[in-house]
Amino acid sequence: MSNATVAPLPASKATVNDQIKYRSQAVAKPYFVAAIGLFIGQILFGLIIGLQYFKGDFLFPAIPFGTARMVHTNLLIVWLLFGFMGAGYFLIPEECERELYSPKLAIITFWVFLVAGALTIVGYLGLPYNVLAHITGNDLLPTMGRGYLEQPLITKVGIVLVALSFLFNLSMTLLSGRKTSISIVMMLGLWGLAIFFLFSFVNPNNLVLDKYFWWWVVHLWVEGVWELIMGAMLAFVLVKVTGVDREIIEKWLYLIIAMTLITGIIGTGHHYFWIGTPGYWQLLGSIFSALEPVPFFMMTVFAFNMVKRRRREHPNQAATLWALGTGVMSFLGAGVWGFLGTLSVVNYYTHGTQLTAAHGHMAFYGAYAMVVLTMISYTMPLLRGREANSAAAQKLEKTAFWVMTLAIVGITLSLTAAAVTQVSLQRLSASPLSFMETQQHIMPMYWARFGFGLCFFTGLMMYVTSFFVTGKRES
Amino acid sequence: MREQSLALIEAQPARHVPEPHIPGDLAMWFFILAELAVFGVFFLVYGVYRRQQPALFAEGQTHLDLLLPTLNTLLLIAGSACMVAAVRRFAQDRQRAARQSLLLAMVFGGGFLVCKLYELVGKFMAGISLSSNDFWMFYLSLTVFHFLHVVLGMVIVAAVWWMARDGRYGPGRLDGVETAAAYWHMVDLVWLVLFALVYVAR
Repeated sequence: MSNATVAPLPASKATVNDQIKYRSQAVAKPYFVAAIGLFIGQILFGLIIGLQYFKGDFLFPAIPFGTARMVHTNLLIVWLLFGFMGAGYFLIPEECERELYSPKLAIITFWVFLVAGALTIVGYLGLPYNVLAHITGNDLLPTMGRGYLEQPLITKVGIVLVALSFLFNLSMTLLSGRKTSISIVMMLGLWGLAIFFLFSFVNPNNLVLDKYFWWWVVHLWVEGVWELIMGAMLAFVLVKVTGVDREIIEKWLYLIIAMTLITGIIGTGHHYFWIGTPGYWQLLGSIFSALEPVPFFMMTVFAFNMVKRRRREHPNQAATLWALGTGVMSFLGAGVWGFLGTLSVVNYYTHGTQLTAAHGHMAFYGAYAMVVLTMISYTMPLLRGREANSAAAQKLEKTAFWVMTLAIVGITLSLTAAAVTQVSLQRLSASPLSFMETQQHIMPMYWARFGFGLCFFTGLMMYVTSFFVTGKRES
Repeated sequence: MREQSLALIEAQPARHVPEPHIPGDLAMWFFILAELAVFGVFFLVYGVYRRQQPALFAEGQTHLDLLLPTLNTLLLIAGSACMVAAVRRFAQDRQRAARQSLLLAMVFGGGFLVCKLYELVGKFMAGISLSSNDFWMFYLSLTVFHFLHVVLGMVIVAAVWWMARDGRYGPGRLDGVETAAAYWHMVDLVWLVLFALVYVAR
């Protein structure tokens, strides 16, 4: 172990790849492949539930809505985690200027995580949830049955072990390597991710406290530490594709994460309006979360500013496009759409409506899906032994970018229209309709959303195809 | 020899023809604007709540002692003056004196933190919490949030002080010091408004 810098590469191919600086960076590749695979699964289940909104008995009783929704959201989290891990395994060695501490451990971790994830999904689909809970020991320590944290106890423990192995591997690499702002922010974010996940084991009987700590995982992930990971990944790719001075990029990164933490931590309060927590949260939550768009806006300015000041024309134009897209879409999805329902006086009417779904879709895609795709777009050609993909492949990838991004805009707008209808008929009206009556009026929007969902899937298929375009025919 | 010094002069035209520029780092100014927006919104909402419950806010303010916050105001302004002195001294390449100014700024900042902590502990001992009423909620959240900013300001000044050890700053190389000074002034400015709004205006 002490001689980690010359540790043998577990990958089977013995060919020398001169595009990556450290051979152990190659462990990122399976992570990215798995991420894309699970991404496809996530979208398929998204289509199923999108269809079930207006055709309620579709696939009944095999895959009920609740199960499919759980698979949809869990696959999202898991593929993003695969993406972050792949990014970590690529980024940390490069920034630290040394080989990964243990490439072998990274590969073992990969398989453990993949198999555990797959078994969990099989469990969701193959067993009634209560049976799954019973046989996986939920009686010992009840943690299941809460949104995003539906995983059986053994899976949760598995996630912690995988995270520890991953963090151990990267931290050991960082400790004996060059320390840069990008790698330190990345590690801070990843450690935060693991630490806040531990609150998924906290499940007090008091429902208020249960929800209170549930947000410590969900909110402090996506509106806290994940933003650090995102900032670091974006900064890393921007350093590479623009050639702008690292010092400038790192300064931006520091200020962005400072602003993220200033607004995001107390911003947790915007989930504490109506769950039985003290009244002051309405004010603190409103003020701080209203400013959460600021760091996202800074990220947009940052990305465009750096690309404008670029000192080189990187052949990987697709990666640059993804980076700029992340800047714009994260601001729109997380910033603007998040703001729409964040003030307590507004949230009083919009809470739990389709507005949350609209925001959720654009924010998750715009911030986290896109930043992982940015990283994949930049690193995958390198991992496959070329500086950038062929013009034809990049063209297809860019088309896929636009199809997917516009489809998400379509989904978001459909759901926002649904939310407006819902709020006016069900909440604002002098003679409010019931929930189910209101749903009847939203059906056209659900149809539109499903249509855009199909567009998104088409875009995703184009994206996957772009990996197999060689572009030889052109030349 | 003369040629060399001529070349040196030519290499530093900015010293002789000062062009208007934003002191410090542009990114910091974005950050300062964002910070001012946070406090600005906070102050605005304070004003709205105070308008709705003037009696409650007036009653709450009678429990606030003015002596210590006034001293704190002076401490922060003195800290700002030290930062100005530090920038000037680095511009004159007086390294030792400049670093002493930075140190003094941190001493004043530390003084602020001690006084503030004393005040806050007193309030907590008196049983005041965020849930007491709207006035105390604003009082506590505003002052604590500002307190954290003073801490951050001191961290930034400390970082500049640390990096100044090997002569990183000097004539024409003032970016880092100016950036830190700009942030300190922002924290100072916010305190002046906070002091006027929460403590003085009755």
